[in-house]
Amino acid sequence: MGRYVIRRLLQAIPVLLGATILIYCLVFLLPGDPIQALAGEKKADPNITAILREQYHLNDPLYQRYWYYISGVLTGDFGTDFTGRPVAEIMSETFPVTLNLATIAFAVEAVVGIVAGVFAALGRGKFLDNVVLLSTLLLVSVPVFVLGNVLQLVLGVKWAIAPISYDSEDMTTLILPAVVLASASLAYITRLTRTSMMETMRADYVRTATAKGLSRSRVIVRHALRNAMIPIVTFLGVDLGALMGGAIITERIFNIPGIGGTLYQAVYLRQGTTVVSIVTVLVLVYIAANLIVDLLYAVLDPRIRYA
Amino acid sequence: MPENTSATVEESAVPVATAPGSAVKGMKKDKPERVASMWSDARRDLMHNWVFLVSAVLILALLVIAALPGLFTSGDPYAKGFCDLSNSVVPPSGAHWFGFDVQGCDIYTRTIYGTRNSIIVGVLTSVLTTLVGCVLGMVAGLRSGWLDVLVSRFTEIWFAIPTMLGGLLVLAMLGTGNVVTVSLIMAVLGWPQLFRIMRGAVITNKQNDYVMAARALGAGGWRIAMRHILPNALAPVIVVSTINLGVYISAEAAFSYLGIGVQSPNISWGLMISDGQDRFLSAPHMVLFPSLFLSVTVLAFIMLGEAVRDALDPKLR
Amino acid sequence: MTTIDKKTSATSAPLLEVRDLHVEFHTRDGVAKAINGVSYSVDAGETLAVLGESGSGKSVTAQAIMGILDMPPGRIPKGEILFHGEDMLKMSAEERRKIRGRRIAMIFQDALSALNPVLSVGYQLGEMYRVHLGLSRKEAKARAIELMDRVKIPAAAARVNDYPHQFSGGMRQRIMIAMAMALEPDLIIADEPTTALDVTVQAQVMDLLAELQREENMGLILITHDLGVVADVADKIAVMYAGRIVEQSPIHDLYKRPAHPYTRGLLDSIPRLDQKGQELYAIKGLPPNLMKIPTGCAFNPRCPKATDICRTEVPALVSVTEQDGGELPGRGSACHFWKETIHG
Repeated sequence: MGRYVIRRLLQAIPVLLGATILIYCLVFLLPGDPIQALAGEKKADPNITAILREQYHLNDPLYQRYWYYISGVLTGDFGTDFTGRPVAEIMSETFPVTLNLATIAFAVEAVVGIVAGVFAALGRGKFLDNVVLLSTLLLVSVPVFVLGNVLQLVLGVKWAIAPISYDSEDMTTLILPAVVLASASLAYITRLTRTSMMETMRADYVRTATAKGLSRSRVIVRHALRNAMIPIVTFLGVDLGALMGGAIITERIFNIPGIGGTLYQAVYLRQGTTVVSIVTVLVLVYIAANLIVDLLYAVLDPRIRYA
Repeated sequence: MPENTSATVEESAVPVATAPGSAVKGMKKDKPERVASMWSDARRDLMHNWVFLVSAVLILALLVIAALPGLFTSGDPYAKGFCDLSNSVVPPSGAHWFGFDVQGCDIYTRTIYGTRNSIIVGVLTSVLTTLVGCVLGMVAGLRSGWLDVLVSRFTEIWFAIPTMLGGLLVLAMLGTGNVVTVSLIMAVLGWPQLFRIMRGAVITNKQNDYVMAARALGAGGWRIAMRHILPNALAPVIVVSTINLGVYISAEAAFSYLGIGVQSPNISWGLMISDGQDRFLSAPHMVLFPSLFLSVTVLAFIMLGEAVRDALDPKLR
Repeated sequence: MTTIDKKTSATSAPLLEVRDLHVEFHTRDGVAKAINGVSYSVDAGETLAVLGESGSGKSVTAQAIMGILDMPPGRIPKGEILFHGEDMLKMSAEERRKIRGRRIAMIFQDALSALNPVLSVGYQLGEMYRVHLGLSRKEAKARAIELMDRVKIPAAAARVNDYPHQFSGGMRQRIMIAMAMALEPDLIIADEPTTALDVTVQAQVMDLLAELQREENMGLILITHDLGVVADVADKIAVMYAGRIVEQSPIHDLYKRPAHPYTRGLLDSIPRLDQKGQELYAIKGLPPNLMKIPTGCAFNPRCPKATDICRTEVPALVSVTEQDGGELPGRGSACHFWKETIHG
């Protein structure tokens, strides 16, 4: 087990490096002059521009700039944006909000999705199963931004049973946005759980468990669900990163001052360092989530652990 | 789906992976002859499956609308004088079924004309990701060794960037998007998924008894790849690509909604929804109709993909 | 009335008696009649071998006895399964659950798929004690080690936390046997327990099963398609075809004088040393489609002796006698021409 952990950790390093290089190139190779963007509509002063370009290494080749950046990141220094504000400070203000949002969304999709999926699988072809199938299909096909807007306006404005805007003091204001953020994944998890559960319920070892005289609930939870969880956990891990990315749209709809809005603004203002840093941290979360999944995988499935 | 595709697949195939994102699972395979009967079983099954029939009819209708929008409406949304500000936010009526938007444009006509962009994005992205993913996946799967390692590691890095996030980043940096740039960017970001499925399917199929048998009978590597492995491995790819078509259409709408996808005066359902959302409570028709078309389109492709998958996977019957 | 006492029940009723059992499966393509009136019984300490090709209904009968048939699509339209004289088909689900594993246990064919891959064998064995006897986790593990010792798994204490995939095929089947033996049941149903194993290991596992059965005086139903496996261990045999018993007999009589053409065909298709060089006999044709069982005797399309009566009339399972009318206890045949078959 220990060797497995170390191997997975080592494998994550090139992925992280590669991903940051990719993002760095993406951001800095695309057209658009950050200094001009800083000045806005009016023409930037050439002298100031020259100083700024020097200060931010904009005249150096890309690989050198990446090196400056990544060695800074490795020592915990994310650099400053073009207004001189430390990027780490910007991120520390907004990341927790997004993390809260994503965490609630994650909990919603995991709990509701797995429970609904299990019940649908057990009552295969019956009423509840059909309700689950139909509603998940709708959730998948209605785009998040439509769902978010409609729910915000109907529940928040018209019926006034949900808060309209985010309040940093009150975490419950994040519940509706989190549900919206989780909706598509929730539908997917439900269907995945249903399929996976239906498959394991037919497995020989489940029949053995029944033949042992175990109660139905024990057969389902201890023997079937334990096995059915393996693909579900995989998806959940991949989805944690996707949730952080998807939060950009949800945050816009519900006006939540999270990482999404900051990223959006930074892109608009060509704040390359800020953009790269935020995306890097998002990717880091994604890779970390995948790593945790791999380890969890080994806990769930001894065949992997001892392979 | 074009006739020739289904004909090549017909020979011998069984799905390996069943869902996007799910790990490619190896299934015990039968000989090609038995598998061929499974494909005809699948086809017979589809003909009796209402999910398949409904989605196929819907997609056919959408394709006709996308190709010939003029058949369905007399108006031309790109013509001068199409919009009349005096009609601003007029609700639906007998003559104008979907009502008018803020600019006083007829929403029905615009929705009909918006179909084409959505379908183009979906099809283009899906075809591109499938082509790239399949070719690379096939090569990596067949020729294990440094090439496989290289491409696989490369996709791992690619995978670390969620498609939505990457697309948002690039499109926002570019500032202006259109149907082609949106498709290209999503294809560039999305192909690793198909690569993984294809590679997994090829590797699984490579170890099949009938491939071993063909090899033992002296069939050449290229012949085995084209006649035995490719048709088998294609099945899961086709399923996922069909489902993805809907996903890409939805993503385009999201980008356009955020103002970084298709730009006005081009028509996109996402853009129309974005324009109408502020007045949703007083004039819901501006959001409702494009949303409806968008949802139904996405739904149709997802349903089609799932119906094909279920028909190919007898375990789930 | 449904609690069956182990001691007092050993009066007159057999340990298990199946009476006129019918099982059918309702599928999209029609109704498959898997079992069409099967009756057999087994006593404590007795071994009944149930022989048949795949699809003959031997496993479905066992699953019906265990109560692990999938219903739907399965259905039991008719029949009784008497355990210590009491019909299990009339019991509540909870009453049946208490019998499963504790009073009647089952051994499955492929131990690798029949054991849960993500739980240690110690857990899976100990679960029997924890669920049925309410033992603690620790006590259950100690009992699991004892069990593994009993089925002769080397270094049981060290291997109790291992997972099924870490054992060899023979060891895994021993674990299956241990699981069935855990609560010393009255009856064990073994469904092709050695089919998935190497020939050398087959004999060891079979010997172990027979030995444990003798020690505990259990009833054993041994389901197999292999006449070679049963000869040494079974007391009596029932041959099934298309969901019916076509012949039943004490074990050694059957080998000497089969009373059904199907049984004769099965015996003739066993390779024998004294017939080396001759072509091996094979029963022609295929087992019937259970959705379209032939009218009359289900075996008639494959039978060398079939005449018109075989195509119209279903032969009943009748007692078989000597040529002079002398009794042959325990023997029966469902063939219109049993006399010709056994004496001819």
